[in-house]
Amino acid sequence: MNSKDIIDLDRSNLSFAVEVSTEPGGENIFRCFACGTCTAGCPIARTDSRFQPSAIIRMVILGLREQVLWHDAIWLCAGCYTCQERCPQGVNIADLMMALRNIATREGYAPEPYHVQLNLLLEKGCLYEIDDFDNKKRVKADLPEIHIDARELRILQEKLLEELD
Amino acid sequence: MKRALFLGCTVPVRARNYEMAARQTAALLGIEFIDIPGFTCCGFPVKSNAYTFSQMMSLRNLALAEEKDLEIVVLCSACTSMLAEANHKFRKSAQYRDHVNALLRKINRSYSGTVRIKHFSRMLLEDVGIDTLRKHITFDLGNISLMPHYGCHYLKPSEIHGEFDSPEDPKTLDMLIEVTGAKTVDMMGRKHCCGGALLASDNRLTYRLAAEKLHMASTSNADALCLVCPFCGVVYDDNQKLIENELEQIYQIPVLYYPQILGLAFGLDPKHLGFKLNKVKTKTFLSKLYGDMADE
Repeated sequence: MNSKDIIDLDRSNLSFAVEVSTEPGGENIFRCFACGTCTAGCPIARTDSRFQPSAIIRMVILGLREQVLWHDAIWLCAGCYTCQERCPQGVNIADLMMALRNIATREGYAPEPYHVQLNLLLEKGCLYEIDDFDNKKRVKADLPEIHIDARELRILQEKLLEELD
Repeated sequence: MKRALFLGCTVPVRARNYEMAARQTAALLGIEFIDIPGFTCCGFPVKSNAYTFSQMMSLRNLALAEEKDLEIVVLCSACTSMLAEANHKFRKSAQYRDHVNALLRKINRSYSGTVRIKHFSRMLLEDVGIDTLRKHITFDLGNISLMPHYGCHYLKPSEIHGEFDSPEDPKTLDMLIEVTGAKTVDMMGRKHCCGGALLASDNRLTYRLAAEKLHMASTSNADALCLVCPFCGVVYDDNQKLIENELEQIYQIPVLYYPQILGLAFGLDPKHLGFKLNKVKTKTFLSKLYGDMADE
């Protein structure tokens, strides 16, 4: 990500930004005028130099498709929306990171925990299964039992996948 | 006042103290919570890798509330913003509405976009009102100080929350705390992100981010952090010990959910407000209010 090599535009994919702009959340990417307000206020950029939202936007516009999609950086956004609130150009930056992650997922680059979460939701309907033991604890705390059924979610996901084919 | 209570994933398993206190305080205020059995996760956890599906998860939950003609009240800030965002997008585009309903028909459901979604704290302010809260207060919390933690999704993205509170200079949680008589500690970092979204993929980054806030709280005169989101609670309360180990620091800051504070001010027993479920012990905090008689 922080390579000091000169960017070889002959090897860049200039249609990448157009691709991103058609993904939900990526619509406003071309509005960016590179002011850096996003990175200046980013709590993650302050904590970890691997993540700089302004750099990622520039890389997308320069067509560095693989470098963006393969790198850890897009997965470090905490989704706090600080940048999105402050962007003077209305680039929905947190949503844009989400768009990049969805493209990366389709290319097979999503970190393992995300697959695990999706499978859990399709199987259980929630992230933390509520079993008899949990329900006993809930009843003891005078809280109602919870039984979640994920059947309808599996049907919705199946129909969405059919649409993609 | 009837509302569908949306619990999401975290509250019923990892923040039962929050849920207990919310149900207790709501009952005292005459709010009737309806538990809808078909509710699932809001979809937020898979927004990054299955965006369209995540939106459908939210919209299906909204369809269930609409079937019962109920507004939704939410305890989790991430669920609040997820459901509100899906609703916002649904209302904006006729083409999208048709697509969503074509999918919902496959599970014999439909949605027309009528459901309103509010965070419980927002409901207390807007639908119950500060004056009504004040009338129920029987126990003065005047000798405690709290550091409000707004977190992110309670306020942002502001576009989907409408006219509520300023994401840059928020006041609503301070107002809710002050009506109980407790003092608020006003300092930088009240809007900090807990980093919870990265806990599964890069927990050390979460710890470093969370440590900033815990450090501020422990070096201020705050007796506790005051939260409105269960995932912030997972980070600051459940993980506080691990953060202390990682950063080689000691904070020992109690982490309380706002309804626990409100419940104390209503004169409710801490036992019924889930104080025993708090991970960072609250004995010192409670003895400041009740003297050494407090057994937790």
